[in-house]
Amino acid sequence: MAVSKIWVFAEASDDGHVSPTTLEMLTKARSLADTVEVVSKQGNDVAAAVGAHGATKVYNVSGVDNTLAGVPLAAALAAAIDGGNAPDAVFLATSYDGRDTAGRLSVRLDAPVITNIVDLQEIDGGLAGVEPVFGGTTNVVTKFTTDKVGIFLIRPKSFAAEESGGGAAEVEELSVPDTGATGAANVTNRFVEEQTGPSLDDADIVVSGGRGLGEKDKYDMVEQLAKALGAAPGASRAIVDAGWVPYSYQVGQTGKVVKPNVYIAAGISGATQHLVGMKGSKNIIAINKDPEAPIFSVADLGIVGDVHKVLPKLIEALQNR
Amino acid sequence: MNVVVCVKQIPDPADPGSLDPNTKTLNRSAKLILDESDSYGVEMALQLVTKAGGGEVTLVSMAPNSEVSGLRTALAMGAAKAVLVSDEALQGTDALGTAKVLAKAIERAGEADLILTATESSDGYTGTVPTQIAELLGLPSVTFAKEIHLEGDSAKVQRQTESGYDDVESPLPAVVSVTAGVVEPRYPSFKGIMAAKSKPVDQVSLADLGIDPATVGWAGGGQEIVEIVKAEERESGTIVEDDGEGFQKVVDFLAELKVI
Repeated sequence: MAVSKIWVFAEASDDGHVSPTTLEMLTKARSLADTVEVVSKQGNDVAAAVGAHGATKVYNVSGVDNTLAGVPLAAALAAAIDGGNAPDAVFLATSYDGRDTAGRLSVRLDAPVITNIVDLQEIDGGLAGVEPVFGGTTNVVTKFTTDKVGIFLIRPKSFAAEESGGGAAEVEELSVPDTGATGAANVTNRFVEEQTGPSLDDADIVVSGGRGLGEKDKYDMVEQLAKALGAAPGASRAIVDAGWVPYSYQVGQTGKVVKPNVYIAAGISGATQHLVGMKGSKNIIAINKDPEAPIFSVADLGIVGDVHKVLPKLIEALQNR
Repeated sequence: MNVVVCVKQIPDPADPGSLDPNTKTLNRSAKLILDESDSYGVEMALQLVTKAGGGEVTLVSMAPNSEVSGLRTALAMGAAKAVLVSDEALQGTDALGTAKVLAKAIERAGEADLILTATESSDGYTGTVPTQIAELLGLPSVTFAKEIHLEGDSAKVQRQTESGYDDVESPLPAVVSVTAGVVEPRYPSFKGIMAAKSKPVDQVSLADLGIDPATVGWAGGGQEIVEIVKAEERESGTIVEDDGEGFQKVVDFLAELKVI
């Protein structure tokens, strides 16, 4: 293989659960390169899971819990790379810390980032990233033209995670050089928002509401329908921006990318921003009163009608089953 | 309290243009407008300056032509002045190149206590520019801010996370990216629109900023589009008009999928 080594930026929850996107990236990386290694601020927590998905080594950047990860991780990676231990590419998830790290690393290496990647190909011995544009109607394939380390920001749920059967990865400490003023932002408190029912990430059914609901109180209908189906409730950016529901409900380009078995879009017109986050769903049902709404172009079943009339009847019918 | 806000002028999202298959750049025939994502940063900056009891809001932006219509919108909201880097060589500039240009423009804008950006633009949506600018300027950064409070020479920020939010404290100056929806951007008043026409827009070229044109644009990007392909389309489904029994179609479909 022409690509010899890929580093994957691994993220995990506070209790050490490796993020699904990390495992997806590892699976793709090992199909592209001979050696896959991981960089993480929770190296010891993730060693077993990333090893089981093909990573042989974890570079652990410890002692950075009270700071935002981007600065120290990018500094540690750049120092290792400048010291001669350079991979062909670094994969990071399109997450809060993934983006921060990619931005900082790109300046330190004076290397560009290819963003929003949903697939990768090997072209002329190098890696090229596939990025959907215009709401996913067109794919752009981009490769680097320099011999610098290729930085790729990869979208969640782009690949299926598969175990390789490998043992725990070997953990090696990576030191963080002095980051001066850039590292001066500190985390003073962390808050976890309570969530009941299935999460958007792994629900089999997702029910999302949009502006067509008309007013904040009507989001109740989405929650009732979600409850009747054992589904996770979601939302379009429009009603998150309007403050009807928290940001954690948002499905779309910003927000969560979901690929459930069934996706129900209620009162959502289907702006590019939203389609990108849900069009990979297996089955899509759309209810919207505008027959021209773009959401119908991706729907397996579309009901042209008023959500205020359709949803209550639907909820009642499901509750009566 | 002087706040610099990075803003982008983009094609109207309702009329997104197309990719030119020959030049592989975006055809921007239509008029450019202020990216809605940036209106939150402008509003946040105006509120912070008002709260601090003094100072001004300066915009920085770049464009391959001397387009200012989007900047005028932000000036009409209340920003005092703007620096626009306008140079043909900027055509095709990627996120890192953009950050290099904006960092120089921020320095030109004068002493800033705080630099605000959106989390990502609505057309390029790379989301890397805020931290790239911060790294270039040697500053701390807090991304995905839901709330900003300034206390003396530090900023207290609520930063969005996967599972909730973090309280983050950063000394100033710092780069902070704000999420959409955190404030309600004001509509420019008639008075504001009239005043904006005479507010200073400092138009500068790459040479004025001491930037080598070879480090930006297509040539400076270090990347190349190899292919533009049509994505696989979903097969079109069944679309029915609700006749009062539309819900039954949904129930039947869910039953067919064996999820109920």
